[in-house]
Amino acid sequence: MNTTQQSNEVYSENGIVYPDNVMLDLSNLKKVYPTPKGDYVVLEDLNLQILKEEFVTIIGHSGCGKTTMLSMIAGLNPISGGNISVLGNPVKGPGPDRGVIFQSPSLMPWMTALQNVLLGVNQVFPHATKGQRQDIAKYYLHKVGLENAFHKKASELSQGMQQRVGIARAFAIKPKVLLLDEPFGMLDSLTRGELQDILIEIWNKEKITAVMITHDVDEAIFLADRVVMMTSGPSAKIGDILSIDFERPRTRKSVLENDDYYTYRKHLIDFLEH
Amino acid sequence: MEQEMVLKNENSLSSSLKQMLLKLTPSIKKDGIIKSLKNTGITLLSILMFIGLWQMGSKALYNKEADYRIEKALTERGEEAAAAERACIESGDSSCQPNTLPSPSQVWASLQSLIADHNLIGAKKNAFAKKMAATNEKMIAEGKDPIVYTGRASFVDIVLTSIKTVFAGFLLAMFIAVPIGIIIGLSPSLRSAFNWFIQIFKPVSPVVWYLLVFMIVKTLYIGDSSDNAFVISFISVGLCAMWATLVNTAMGVASVDKDYINVAKVLKLGTFQKVFKVILPSSLPLIFTGLRITLSVAWMVLIAIELLAQSQGLGLFVWEEFQNGANDSNSKIIVAMFVIGIIGFLLDRLMLAVQNMVSFNKNEMA
Ligand SMILES: Nc1ncnc2c1ncn2[C@@H]1O[C@H](COP(=O)(O)OP(=O)(O)O)[C@@H](O)[C@H]1O
Ligand SMILES: [Mg+2]
Repeated sequence: MNTTQQSNEVYSENGIVYPDNVMLDLSNLKKVYPTPKGDYVVLEDLNLQILKEEFVTIIGHSGCGKTTMLSMIAGLNPISGGNISVLGNPVKGPGPDRGVIFQSPSLMPWMTALQNVLLGVNQVFPHATKGQRQDIAKYYLHKVGLENAFHKKASELSQGMQQRVGIARAFAIKPKVLLLDEPFGMLDSLTRGELQDILIEIWNKEKITAVMITHDVDEAIFLADRVVMMTSGPSAKIGDILSIDFERPRTRKSVLENDDYYTYRKHLIDFLEH
Repeated sequence: MEQEMVLKNENSLSSSLKQMLLKLTPSIKKDGIIKSLKNTGITLLSILMFIGLWQMGSKALYNKEADYRIEKALTERGEEAAAAERACIESGDSSCQPNTLPSPSQVWASLQSLIADHNLIGAKKNAFAKKMAATNEKMIAEGKDPIVYTGRASFVDIVLTSIKTVFAGFLLAMFIAVPIGIIIGLSPSLRSAFNWFIQIFKPVSPVVWYLLVFMIVKTLYIGDSSDNAFVISFISVGLCAMWATLVNTAMGVASVDKDYINVAKVLKLGTFQKVFKVILPSSLPLIFTGLRITLSVAWMVLIAIELLAQSQGLGLFVWEEFQNGANDSNSKIIVAMFVIGIIGFLLDRLMLAVQNMVSFNKNEMA
């Protein structure tokens, strides 16, 4: 966390000073859901800074407000108090600078894999030629191992393949921040491992700042530079942050063989059990 | 609205039932053939039973009316008259036949005579066209309307008129209901504003729609001698039948999966893209469910409306035969009944095929 203090500082459009290596800044974030029984405060005084090219995973008990936080960053859910800014600019609504991979693949089932990726690419690169856009979409589908399924209807693909298309769609629009909400939660463990490998392989190349919610402690350690632990609600906030100091690129094997792995794991499990 | 949803559920239910059956029966082709043979057998048997029951019923009704006539002749005009009446009925003379539910064979005979009549009229038309060919050519050359055959319409012409009317009404319903449904589906405030309108007009009876359309079209056609029965009937049919499509379209558009909407928001799709690339495709299955109901309602109300509008279709045919009371009128009415039923069934199958084509969730259902 202290790395931020060593860097140069820049002024953003609202005049606040930000260290120039901060990509995403959540300050005093608050979220209140009105309910029939009165207001329910999900998040309060939540502060978190995420650096450029950082991969952060978030764990916390179910219902503590992880999805709420992520959807506020995406701009899909209004903020009740505090601030969220990307490179110093406050988030005003959803936009393609923050790509989202949802828990369910949410592909348009009537479109082919390629059309689903193109839907975003066409929107983000309106001045590129048709051929260039096709190339971008095909490149990322290739990266996720779907070079033989360009023209398959999304509804004909398995869950795992659909989520691969979801990954390709998210990277292809070249967002500043990638937001992932338990993207592999619905998959069997074998497919989950495959997709983690694919995700981290593309990420190693593109280094897009990533925030990923997961309920799988091993996944959290394997992918992250830092694991953020949220306290249980109501009024959830950041409880603890654990830095994962493994070299990149990592392999599953090297991670498992590292003695620190079990220390990290114990740390996270201890947090979740209290 | 509930009714439409039920219909949709029924489909998915029956398809999942089919899936289950497929799983239960080991998929050996021979089994499949035996099963379909068995099914055909059962269908044939049920048709035979139906015809048998019908035969017995019509016989009983025939006897009842015959007995009554003889009895009446006896009490009113004495023994001799009764014997004459009985002889007349038994001879099969058409002047004294009981007028009741016709038997299957009578209906079959009527069908044959209707077809023969159609062929006869066809021949007449051809002869007329030949005779007038030279004259008509001259008239067209002079810029006048050619003379066309204006004789009686055959049964086939009548059926075709009905089908034409129902399709025109269906298209009208589609062109009104789908766009309006999309617009009110997109906006919750418009939806609540339109709700009272839909709730009030949906249950209005076909007869009232006809009267309303009649009032308006009659005035619009003032001073125009051309026949407006077709126009009045197809507009009435369309207005009667469009509600299911309107409600289903609005519901389909309003209930697009939230994930798709979020994807559209994240990608910042424009309104046009959002509607045509996301919302419409995802509501197509519900829209087509609505259109299927619309077509079946259109066909159902058509008969009543043609009757009122005096449009040369099946509705008027049935009514005129009933009024006519000729010897074979009743059996012609039954022929029309079967034709109406079979065409309705075929139209529904057609829509079901289209509906299955546009539904994209085949995998998810299984
Ligand atoms: N739209 C909403 N209205 C009211 N309460 C909500 C709404 N969405 C989520 N909640 C509540 O907020 C809490 C946090 O939800 P969520 O962010 O989905 O948790 P998580 O993703 O950590 O499991 C839960 O208790 C949930 O019931
Ligand atoms: Mg969640």
